[in-house]
Amino acid sequence: MVTRRQKKTLTRILLTAVLLAALWFVPAEGWLKLCLYLVPYLLIGYDILRKAALGIVHGQVFDENFLMAIATVGAFVLAWIDGSGDYLEAVAVMLFYQIGEWFQSYAVGKSRRSITQLMDIRPDYANIETDGRLERVDPDEVAVGTVITVQPGEKVPIDGVVVEGASSLNTAALTGESVPREVAVGDTVISGCVNMTGLLKLETTRAFGESTVSKILDLVENASSRKSRSEDFISRFARVYTPAVCAAALALAVAPPLALTLLGRSARWPVWLYRALAFLVTSCPCALVISIPLSFFAGLGGASREGVLVKGSNFLEALSQVRQVVFDKTGTLTMGVFQVSGVHHSDLPQEKLMEYVALAESASSHPISKSIQRAYGLEPDRTRVTDVRELSGNGVIATVDGRQIAAGNEALMEKLGVPASPCHSVGTIIHVAVDGAYAGHIVVSDVVRPQARDALRQLKAAGVARTVMLTGDNDPAAQAVAADLGVDQVYSRLLPQDKVERVEALLSDQPKGQRLAFVGDGVNDAPVLSRADVGIAMGAMGSDAAIEAADVVLMDDDLMKLPKAIRLAKRCMAIVWQNIVFAIGVKVLCLLLVAVGAANMWLAIFADVGVMVLAVLNAMRCLKTPE
Amino acid sequence: MKKTYSVEVDCANCARKMEEAAGKVPGVAALSINFMTQRMSVEFAEDAQEKPVMQAVRKTCRKVEPDFVIEL
Repeated sequence: MVTRRQKKTLTRILLTAVLLAALWFVPAEGWLKLCLYLVPYLLIGYDILRKAALGIVHGQVFDENFLMAIATVGAFVLAWIDGSGDYLEAVAVMLFYQIGEWFQSYAVGKSRRSITQLMDIRPDYANIETDGRLERVDPDEVAVGTVITVQPGEKVPIDGVVVEGASSLNTAALTGESVPREVAVGDTVISGCVNMTGLLKLETTRAFGESTVSKILDLVENASSRKSRSEDFISRFARVYTPAVCAAALALAVAPPLALTLLGRSARWPVWLYRALAFLVTSCPCALVISIPLSFFAGLGGASREGVLVKGSNFLEALSQVRQVVFDKTGTLTMGVFQVSGVHHSDLPQEKLMEYVALAESASSHPISKSIQRAYGLEPDRTRVTDVRELSGNGVIATVDGRQIAAGNEALMEKLGVPASPCHSVGTIIHVAVDGAYAGHIVVSDVVRPQARDALRQLKAAGVARTVMLTGDNDPAAQAVAADLGVDQVYSRLLPQDKVERVEALLSDQPKGQRLAFVGDGVNDAPVLSRADVGIAMGAMGSDAAIEAADVVLMDDDLMKLPKAIRLAKRCMAIVWQNIVFAIGVKVLCLLLVAVGAANMWLAIFADVGVMVLAVLNAMRCLKTPE
Repeated sequence: MKKTYSVEVDCANCARKMEEAAGKVPGVAALSINFMTQRMSVEFAEDAQEKPVMQAVRKTCRKVEPDFVIEL
């Protein structure tokens, strides 16, 4: 797509080229020739001249418009003074500059659009059924609790619950996951997914502005406003660079002729003046200024396609320097779902013991109680349970079928004066006493995520030197999980505030230039997420708290995204540095060639456009995910 | 108060310069121009009026880049 302004410039470029070709055959001299050449010059350069003049009025000197105006006007003056009448160069330089600008604006616009398209999850409308007809409305105007219709092929505009219909949803735009998700009546649906097969009616649970899709869009749109250090470097560079170049150009115009005069040789003022002008024209740092933000933007886009939302270029950069990864155990390395893994030392039949405990704990919503109820498998008959007493942090005492059942930790057994037999298994131990006599214990443990081991191995391959696990669990349980997964270091029995201290200690021991990432599920580790250099929240789809607290958000709970994100960040940074070195290198080379007179303005402008195009193409490689 | 506007900026360098200049306009607490998404997000200072502030922002940006376009 070519914008209106681009079309206009293109017309001017073509007209100027035709005029120049025609003027080649016109035998004019002196004033007439100057006037004739001024026609194409003004045609192609009037906006540059105007901007340069406005720039001077507004105190914005030294921008590229100013440089171009000075250089081309200078070339005209020189050609008039030395009598050569070679005005072609001035016009041609302006023409090439415009061609370069046009191409730059086209290439950048195209890249920009292809990246934003990738992240285009913004729903344009919501369907509301009125009198049997579907009406399209602005999602912003849909009140919470409204029933909306989502047809196959449409985006879910607002978070909601399915009230009618069943379908498969494509969540790829949000999570990068290509396997569709099946939903039926009663399921929650997150906005930004695409409905694939069936008609769905949703009752909205949030306003559009609060919906997942809005939060993500907000995050993505603000991401590149957080500048990375490399981008800051460019800003600082530009601030020093432009005055330095102007000073060098001035020196080039004045110093050599003066030196030559002192040596008693011909000063050749026009030659040096020309070189100084060419030097100015060559100096524009376009390729650098354009390609760095574009690389980061493409990197952010590529990551979001994988379901990894990075909140800013600075975090992408930090991600590439991560050498230590600290994991929260529960809900991150493990699923946070407890399972009964054994019943030991029981005099009663195992089923009986499970039944008693499940009934005693039937009123509790604690994850461990839930796991026991799941293992029991039947709907507990609450009429058999009386006198339930929950002892916070210890367990529960209740009467089941007339027998007193106590289930809880060692402290509870001590309190009741029941000698508990210790357990060597890994996990949380629930001791059980029946009518004041010890009746064995139940071992409940967390389930390790299937991809955790692989993910940790790949992290090492991606350059992470150390992995650390933090947990509130007891030491044997923590050590066992760590050994199983291959975690380097474990800190167990930590309270939430201890986790922050632990991470701070790790941060203070860290060598300069290295970064520490903390990975959590965002549930109650917000302080740690914000304290780490890079806070990574996973399984964040639908969890606002996690999206807000973290710097990097993994939309689903696939741990493999972690090494992938680090590889992507590293690759993006490599491309950024390639572009910086390449752009500055070629620029310095061109400046030197121009200064010694080995290259003229035309060549310099060609080189500039060439470098810019290559740098933009290179930047687009950031979009691709490394395997 | 924070608002986002659609803008039309041609070059990344100009966007940077405009961001710098417009950030200093009275009534603006923070301002950033996202060249890639062509959006300007403005955080207004307390008790600042959106309209006059944004007109001043537009004027400042036009000083840097006469072709600057913003949808107010």
